[in-house]
Amino acid sequence: MLELLRRNWGISALTALGAGLLALVPLFGSNYVLSLFIVLYANVALATAWAFFSGATRYISLATAAFFGVGIYTLAILHVYVSIPLAVVGAAIVGFLVALVVGLSTLRLRGVYFVVFTFGLTELVHQVLNWWEIKINKTVSRYIFTDVSNVNIYETLLAVTLITIVGSWYVSQIRLGFALRAIGEDETVARHTGVNTTRVKILCFALSASVMALVGAVLALRYPYIDASIAFNNTWSFQVLIAALLGGAGRAWGPAMGAVPLVLLSEYLAGSFPHHFSIALGLCFVVIVYFLPGGITRLIERFLHSLKAARAGMGGHG
Amino acid sequence: MSGPGDILLSIRGLQKAFGGLVAVRDLSFDIPQGKILGLIGPNGSGKTTVLNLVTAEFAPDRGTILFKDRDIVGAKSFEVCRMRIARTFQLVRVLPHMTTRENVMLGRMFGSAPTVPAHAAKEADALLDRVGLKPRAGMFASQLTYIDQKRLELARALAAHPELLLLDEWLAGLNPTELKIGIDLVRQIGREGITIVMIEHVMEAIRALCHRVVVMNAGERIAEGTPDSVLSDPQVIQAYLGGSDAAA
Repeated sequence: MLELLRRNWGISALTALGAGLLALVPLFGSNYVLSLFIVLYANVALATAWAFFSGATRYISLATAAFFGVGIYTLAILHVYVSIPLAVVGAAIVGFLVALVVGLSTLRLRGVYFVVFTFGLTELVHQVLNWWEIKINKTVSRYIFTDVSNVNIYETLLAVTLITIVGSWYVSQIRLGFALRAIGEDETVARHTGVNTTRVKILCFALSASVMALVGAVLALRYPYIDASIAFNNTWSFQVLIAALLGGAGRAWGPAMGAVPLVLLSEYLAGSFPHHFSIALGLCFVVIVYFLPGGITRLIERFLHSLKAARAGMGGHG
Repeated sequence: MSGPGDILLSIRGLQKAFGGLVAVRDLSFDIPQGKILGLIGPNGSGKTTVLNLVTAEFAPDRGTILFKDRDIVGAKSFEVCRMRIARTFQLVRVLPHMTTRENVMLGRMFGSAPTVPAHAAKEADALLDRVGLKPRAGMFASQLTYIDQKRLELARALAAHPELLLLDEWLAGLNPTELKIGIDLVRQIGREGITIVMIEHVMEAIRALCHRVVVMNAGERIAEGTPDSVLSDPQVIQAYLGGSDAAA
């Protein structure tokens, strides 16, 4: 880890500086700015966690909402009994465990079967939870009473987001990251070169899910009232996928590049055209797939590459 | 530990059917350590299935596969690789969006002696040099020509430090100059003590390289012996001309 930091000291220093500045935002920002940043961080963390598994392995998951919702409900249930930090950590653990069980049974599905299954998973968890609440707990909703301030939520989500991005980058530099990419490229070859593909897939699916549950739990601190359809809202699954693809799922910092403009755009669209919001989002998706298959990261890298080439060319002639 | 002359791989009564089609039928043969064995036969005779059974891509219906006196039936593909059995694929399979170097690193990082990327990179470069791909180490594997992708597959297999190397038509599709280079490379690998099973249609390569040849037809072994004796066997010639398949 230290060796990796030393080799990438420039970007590490920049990241640390950026994180420091962002941590100071609550000192100056209004409540609206803080809320906007909270939504931004949540989307960036979710998209990064999604790309960590689905971007590398190309097992396209639509289960983001399922794990996000599991996090919300875990917090809602636990916060009555234990302290908030413990409840948040508990949510991450429950998310991890749920994904472990789901992964064991489903990661042998490939392609569109996996996509459809993960989409169905959200609905399954949603309905099971609904049944459990109504039949066993005789309720359809829950209230979350906390005195956690917006500033605390802001700083927590900032930390979660940074850890997710840095963690995702770190994994991409070690054997586990190579294994993930190899699975995405050709799972048969990965298997025959000694990669324990089943274990790698399940572990990383669960890691990704635990971040999603964690984000759900932290965001839940802002909702006084929740029910199953709020917690398991499929929009999260799609929005996160679009953000990751727009940014470029091949780099740890890619999903952030997509999530930030997408959230700002959604914010603008939802404010200006509340009734046509989902049409606009759908159009964005079409445009991304057709015109930006490599995402924004590919554009940036191409630009940097041509800049370098131009500079080298000038040096050669001068 | 197995030494030269000991049996490295012993296949006994191996059988595999896909639905009603018996792809491999009661097949048995041995490979002594350090030798090169040719596995030949007409298309569809079950040669690649044998390789897929040894590397646990499929599970056999019956039979044993003894590697260093240990039955490896039931092991997973990644475990077989870690036992130091490496392979190439009939239809060349590289990881297209990873660089040539990364493709080889993968073989080194997860094989029998797992190691960190930095160390694997050094060894990958040495292997790429050996197969003549060093100048293209930074290119994406998808950008390589067909021949170079085959070289890359070999380097990736060697990176796993195999004791047994399974080559599935690795010399197919090469022009005469490339074939000569390819034959020399396989010979050199064999001289280093790596045992090789090669499925091949290029008879020139079989004659030049193999100590023994097993001939398959319709899933069964129909002949075994030195290349010269096997290739003059009337039954083998008939199998290649399609006589016995048509009669069956």
